[in-house]
Amino acid sequence: MPPRAWQGEVFAALKAARIKQVSYVPDAGHAQLIASAHADPEMQTVVLTTEEEGIALAAGAWLGGQRAVLLMQSSGVGNCINMLSLPVNCRMPFLTLVTMRGEWAEFNPWQVPMGSATPAVLTAAGVHVRRVDSAEDAAEIVAASAALAFDSAVPVSVLLSQRLIGAKVFVK
Amino acid sequence: MRNDGTLNRREVTSVLLRDPGDLLVVSGLGAPSYDAAAAGDRTLNFYLWGAMGGAAMIGLGIALAQPSRRVLVLTGDGEMLMGLGSLATIAAAGVQNLAVAVLDNARYGETGSQPSHTGLTTDLAAVAAACGWANTATARSMDEAETLRLRLRREHLFAVLRIAPDEPPRHLPPRDGAYLSGRFRRAIGVAAD
Repeated sequence: MPPRAWQGEVFAALKAARIKQVSYVPDAGHAQLIASAHADPEMQTVVLTTEEEGIALAAGAWLGGQRAVLLMQSSGVGNCINMLSLPVNCRMPFLTLVTMRGEWAEFNPWQVPMGSATPAVLTAAGVHVRRVDSAEDAAEIVAASAALAFDSAVPVSVLLSQRLIGAKVFVK
Repeated sequence: MRNDGTLNRREVTSVLLRDPGDLLVVSGLGAPSYDAAAAGDRTLNFYLWGAMGGAAMIGLGIALAQPSRRVLVLTGDGEMLMGLGSLATIAAAGVQNLAVAVLDNARYGETGSQPSHTGLTTDLAAVAAACGWANTATARSMDEAETLRLRLRREHLFAVLRIAPDEPPRHLPPRDGAYLSGRFRRAIGVAAD
C-alpha cells in the first residue's frame, strides 16, 4: 500500500503531542504509523501480545513521566475492558487510536460483533470516543484528542473508520 | 507439581525491599500490595488494587520512561499468570532496568486459596526463560531470597520465590489510585507535565 498523507499527518500530530512510547497489536490499517514509529529514534515501540498490555504500559509511562499511545484494531477493544479501570481510577491520561473493522464492506463476519460494540464498550468503560471519517480531519482530531487526554488527564479513543482506512480485500 | 513453598511472605518481602533507596516498586493486587506496604509505605511504591495482569507492564512503562532508575515489580502467581503474555512483551522490549519478583504460593489467596496453575503444572520461571528472559531464578530458602535482593536491583531478572500459603494479617496501603500515582510522580520529579 503506498504511503498515505493523512497517516503521515497523524504521526506528526503524535510527535507534536510529545508521545514517546508507541505500543501496538499490529493492524494493517496502522502499518504506516507503526513503521514511522519504529523509524523514529525519539520513540520507543513495544509490540504487545494482547491489547490490555498497552493500557498498563501507558500507565507506567505516565508514572515515569512519558506519554504513550496504544494502536489497535476494534477487535482488541474487548480485550481492554477491565484494564481501563487503571487510567480511570488513577486519573491518568490514556490515548488509543483504533482502526475499525466490521463496519464498512467487511468480508469477515467475525469482525462484525466487536466492531459494532466498540463505541458503546469504550463509552461504558469511561473512555471518551472520537471518530475520524475523512482524511482531512484525521490529524486535527488526533491532535485534539491527545490534548484532551494529556491536558485533562482522561482516557480518549480515536476510532479511524473502516471507510477511511479501506476495507481489507480478501482474494481467493 | 505441588506447592512446596515454605518461605514466610512478609519475611521475604522485608528482605527484598530492605534499604530500598530510590528503587521504584510496583506491587500486584492482593497480598503483594499488602506485603509491600507492610515492609514500609513509601512514595516510590505504586500499589495496585486491581488491573490484574498489568503489574509487569506498568513496570515496563516506568522502566522505558526512566532508563537510569531501577524498577521492581512485586506480584503474585495469579496476577502473573493473568499477564503471562507480558513476559514475552517485556523480553522483546529489551529493557535492562526492570526485574520481576513473583511471590508464589501456588494459590489464589485472596479468594479462598483455590489452587493456581503454579501448583498444578506451570513453572513461571521456565515460562519467562522460554519467552526470552536470560536471567531467571527460583528461591526456596531465605539465603536464596537474600541473594535475590541484590540481583533484583542489578539484573533484568525474573525471580520466583516459593512462599508458604499462610495469610498474614492484611496491611492495607492507600487505595486511591489518583493519590498513589500523583505522589509517585511528584517523588520522581515528573509531576509538572
